[in-house]
Amino acid sequence: MTLFYDKRFRAYFYQFCAVGIVLIAGWLMFVTVSDNLAKQNIATGFGYLDRQAGFIISETTIPYQETDTIGHALLVGIANTVKVSLLAAILGTIIGLLVGIGRMSRNPLLQRLMLAYVEALRNVPLLLYLFLWYAILLVALPPVKEALELAPHVYLSNSGLVLPSFTFEKGAVFLRWAVILGIIAAFFIRRTALRRRIETGQPNHGGLAALLALVGPALALVIMGGVAITWEIPEAGRFRITGGLHIRPEFVALLVGLSLSVSASVAEIVRAGIQAINKGQWEAAAALGLQRSRVMRLVILPQALRLMVPPLTNIYLTVFKNSSLAIAIGYPDLVMVSNTVMNQTGQAIETIAIFMAVYLGLSVAISLFMNWYNGRVALKER
Amino acid sequence: MAELQLSVPLGPPRRARPWIKNLFGTPGNALITMFCVLALVLLAKIAIGWLLIDAVFTGTPADCKVGSGACWPFLGAKLRYMIFGFYPYEEQWRPLAALLLFLGAALVSMVPRLWSRGLLLVWLIVLIPALYILMAGGVLGLSAVPSSKWGGLPLSFMLSFIGLAAAMPLGIALALARQSDLPAIRVLAISFIEIVRGVPLISLLFLATVMLPLFMPEGVTIDKLLRAQVAIILFAAAYIAEIVRGGLQAVPKGQIEAGNALGLHYWLIMRKIVLPQALKKVIPPLVSLFIGFFQDTTLVTIIGLLDFLDTVRSALRDPDWQGIAVLEGYLFAAFVYFTFSALMGAYSRFLERYYRTTHD
Repeated sequence: MTLFYDKRFRAYFYQFCAVGIVLIAGWLMFVTVSDNLAKQNIATGFGYLDRQAGFIISETTIPYQETDTIGHALLVGIANTVKVSLLAAILGTIIGLLVGIGRMSRNPLLQRLMLAYVEALRNVPLLLYLFLWYAILLVALPPVKEALELAPHVYLSNSGLVLPSFTFEKGAVFLRWAVILGIIAAFFIRRTALRRRIETGQPNHGGLAALLALVGPALALVIMGGVAITWEIPEAGRFRITGGLHIRPEFVALLVGLSLSVSASVAEIVRAGIQAINKGQWEAAAALGLQRSRVMRLVILPQALRLMVPPLTNIYLTVFKNSSLAIAIGYPDLVMVSNTVMNQTGQAIETIAIFMAVYLGLSVAISLFMNWYNGRVALKER
Repeated sequence: MAELQLSVPLGPPRRARPWIKNLFGTPGNALITMFCVLALVLLAKIAIGWLLIDAVFTGTPADCKVGSGACWPFLGAKLRYMIFGFYPYEEQWRPLAALLLFLGAALVSMVPRLWSRGLLLVWLIVLIPALYILMAGGVLGLSAVPSSKWGGLPLSFMLSFIGLAAAMPLGIALALARQSDLPAIRVLAISFIEIVRGVPLISLLFLATVMLPLFMPEGVTIDKLLRAQVAIILFAAAYIAEIVRGGLQAVPKGQIEAGNALGLHYWLIMRKIVLPQALKKVIPPLVSLFIGFFQDTTLVTIIGLLDFLDTVRSALRDPDWQGIAVLEGYLFAAFVYFTFSALMGAYSRFLERYYRTTHD
């Protein structure tokens, strides 16, 4: 009994108990689950991933056919999730930055309007907005039979927007390399120009040269005839429009809903970031004779952006997780494809484990990337 | 030296500007103002036209189909269904009473001056059992209503309020475990918190509905509502734990050391010294979290529970009204969510001010 009064022993004892309870609970669960599964004749394991999927996915970011495997179908779901969350994060950040700056405007009308925008978005559930945008798209747009022809071969109906699409006949590889080379060249031209500018004070910031380097190689390739493309023209049939690039209302509603919700959160962070900058910075810049808009762009925002990175990370993680609401309006993201797989195969545990692992893995990846970026832009204390 | 002091402290220059100059001071500003006014007028015109001028105030679904504005009869006809769901029609005074009792009690409990152990006990011993008896019945001459019939607004409040209330002790325990000196306990807490925070709520709801029955020994079934509630509690606990951890880290280390020096036990230090200070600091963020959870309970529609958003949606799909009042239904739901969330938001800001002026 005296052993129990020893602090070190007690520490080990508590930890032993905690781990023991978790292990026993886990083991009990495992036993009951395998027992229940055996009774329902459901085989365990991930073998089902190699089976043929046999269901249609309405929107595919990577090539997919019904005859592909279930594993491939899940990959399509992951690609769709990543696509919509990435686009929503980018769009939402741009809108949110503008709204956040508007919130800090000296114009009281603009300021209140932006406040109303943020409040309207933050106080109503995202899921409700998704249903609302989706319903509006379906009600406002005409049915396929009466599709609007906005431009030749561009159709708008409640099954989505159909555009002519193109595929490369030849030169795709060259074009890709030309674009990549252009980006790298433009980046270096800008950097050298910036360094020269800091050293010598000459005003050229290399914008024109960088632009030339950016589009030059690709443009030259196209003009010299190194690239050939074939157009796929959509045709309006009686019941559906075939061919071309199809942007569906589910995708649009989800993208709009997610982007707007991101923009409201970003706007609040931008406002907090700007407010956190010392008032002396405004006054010093004003004393140097800078206009208010230039003070914002050149002095305040660069410093505020740095403070915004950690909270922005949380927003990007949230939008990535919120993209799982796609299932409510029928956009085939990872959760929706998983749900279909679960209903078809009955392999609930494995499928849920896969999609939770994917979310967890990608969340960690986003955190790591943002932490790396934060480390890069954070103020280096000297 | 006195004459060197400024009689008026220098404020930021924007305070000194009259509002008219802020609106029309520069050409750019004037342009922005004009644009805003234009947008507001346009918005007001659309809103008034739709809500009042073109609206149909009385009549049948057929009248609404003809009219181009808002369909008010829809709200009248479907209001009770949207708020109470499939709760037996004659008994609907019970969820109404429960809702009013809950909101009234919550309103009283929002006054910081009344916070005490007694209030907590009143909630635990009187209010929650009373609310449960009102909803479930079976005693005191009230007919029993199974939880599968519960729905609408009371259900939404129940999921979010019980979710957060039950998650509170769990979240505090997790936060303490995460700060613990014992590595095994710390690792367990961190894994739980990070796993739950790394996955979407919908995946936990799926886990609860699809997998919980598999975890149970044969013959034991838990109803669907309880399963969703468990998922929400676990989800909330992880987020509360992170907020409470922030509060714990804000308590100076000297407080713990002083407690140790007095020879107090770990639990005594935590209960009497650290937690009271830490929890006080995190009340405003906890209220914000509650707003988020109130909105997040809408996700239970995806697993087929009849929360408020779901009853609104099924009212829209009623054969009589199908396709007629879609916008009306969603806007009504948005209005209800907005009202409660905005009120809670205002309360959260009030608390922040209250703590800034009355403490530290």
